[in-house]
Amino acid sequence: MIDIQSVSKSFVTRDADPVHALNDVSLEIYDNEFFTLLGPSGCGKTTLLRLIAGFEAPSSGTIRIAGSDVAALPPQKRPVNTVFQSYALFPHMSVAENVAFGLEMQNAPKSLIDERVREALEMVRLEGFATRRPAQLSGGQQQRVAVARALAPKPSVLLLDEPLSALDLKLRKGMQSELKRLQRETGITFVLVTHDQEEALAMSDRIAVMRSGDVLQVGTPRDIYDNPQDRFVADFIGESNLLPGAALGRDPAKTIVVRPEHIVVSPASDGARGHARGAVSAITFLGSDTLYEIVLEEGARLQSRSRGGAALATGDRVVVDWARDAERELAN
Amino acid sequence: MSGAKPFDWRHTPGLSAYTALIFLFFYAPLLILVIYAFNSSRLVTVWAGFSFKWFVAVANNGSIRDAAFNSVIVAIVATIASTAIATAGALALERGRLRFGRSAATALIAMPLVVPEIVVAITTLIFFSGLGMHHGLVNLMIAHTVFCIPFALLPIQARLRDMGGTLEEAGRDLYADEWRLFRRVTLPLLIPAISAGAIMAFVVSLDDFLISMMVSSAGSTTLPVYIYGMMRLGVTPEVNAISTILLAVSIVFVAAALLVGRRNRFA
Repeated sequence: MIDIQSVSKSFVTRDADPVHALNDVSLEIYDNEFFTLLGPSGCGKTTLLRLIAGFEAPSSGTIRIAGSDVAALPPQKRPVNTVFQSYALFPHMSVAENVAFGLEMQNAPKSLIDERVREALEMVRLEGFATRRPAQLSGGQQQRVAVARALAPKPSVLLLDEPLSALDLKLRKGMQSELKRLQRETGITFVLVTHDQEEALAMSDRIAVMRSGDVLQVGTPRDIYDNPQDRFVADFIGESNLLPGAALGRDPAKTIVVRPEHIVVSPASDGARGHARGAVSAITFLGSDTLYEIVLEEGARLQSRSRGGAALATGDRVVVDWARDAERELAN
Repeated sequence: MSGAKPFDWRHTPGLSAYTALIFLFFYAPLLILVIYAFNSSRLVTVWAGFSFKWFVAVANNGSIRDAAFNSVIVAIVATIASTAIATAGALALERGRLRFGRSAATALIAMPLVVPEIVVAITTLIFFSGLGMHHGLVNLMIAHTVFCIPFALLPIQARLRDMGGTLEEAGRDLYADEWRLFRRVTLPLLIPAISAGAIMAFVVSLDDFLISMMVSSAGSTTLPVYIYGMMRLGVTPEVNAISTILLAVSIVFVAAALLVGRRNRFA
């Protein structure tokens, strides 16, 4: 659906050197998929979204949407609609007028517009709100109007720029499954930008993890969680222990990545063998789980998360172990 | 002195008396002017009972009516022209492709607000004579349009800046071409600011004296210039009456500008 080939973008600034927001990024986003651009702020994810929407032009590289090069197309000629972070609802129009706007600009017949507006409002469960003004709605409702407005013209691609960041936690969880449902029901390709890795894991078919203008890894949420190809990805997605190879008596040029839930801690007195020895430095009770912080004899620290867990106390000498296939060895 | 209160300007001794004094200086002269507009005596300083006769005299004075008519016509033309130019200018400054020089351009446009008006007046006069333009009211309209532009531009530019570009991006994203984007999104959102700018321009044009004084000629006298002429022949209560009317008109328009600006702050 979207084919991004060697796209770079730099911004000219008044005083300093140009800022490189994207460095030679290539990505393919498939039909009907929920694709997420994930990364910390400043990683270039929003810039990439704006390039797809047509608000910015790439410095080099090509973007194809549904097979055709969109370089020469302004935003109003692209089969792409955006849900903005700030919603950007037109304050002087009613909810229905907002949702109808895109179809009106496409000169759709009145009967079709009315039908699609009704459909779209139904889809986001705001049937009774057609005549309200955006200012009379709550944040969550405005969010849903923004989604309805972007879906009403039935674009090939829906772009979502941190759409949930302004909502409180409970609403956010609700909207996550709503968006997922809308994506399945409409079959439209969704491209979501977020810095929230939990959100990305929960919603996406595939994720591209980005940092400082580079795409580090693309894959399914499970793939990215289980097989991080990069120290940054391992650290950014979920909790990870990044252990220097030297601390485990291995190649010092490597970092060993192990998830806390894969680490088994047992008292040294049991005589168990493991990857390393250390002492418990802190214990945090998390309800269903317990989190142990261990200082290894070589000085490295790691976290272990276990259900129930052995009866350990702070200061106890322990052996840490994990299954070989639970670890990933990455270059430093 | 551990008991001493820290300095707090809100509790400065005499602050309220001082404030009252300032307001007295602001408004006492205006109040006196208005009161004596209703004085039945010919003498400006002696109260002799309430009367509307000076307002009637003003209404019956053909020269005052002509001057007032000139003032209003010039103000209307200058308001329309300057607001249109200011709207286009604000859009170019805030939404145009200018990358550098934006702040320099804004400063140049706002400059007439700080340049001494007498300088503007004289240069305008020299400019018109240099061009050999002697078109009476038309000269006045051109001059007023020019000095009204910054007054109309500033609120419109501020509103565009406050709005940010996202709403317009949303419009483009939803297939609006430039013209329909302007008509359906940008212009409706700017209307309060454009109205406020237009009202400011109207008031500034109506009240202008120095530039009108220099540029106007026989037959194209504006009201403030005419009032000045009356004053030189001695202050009569007629001057009070006409000033009171001007004052009332200005207050109504400025209040309207404030209200329009406040009412339309969306969201």
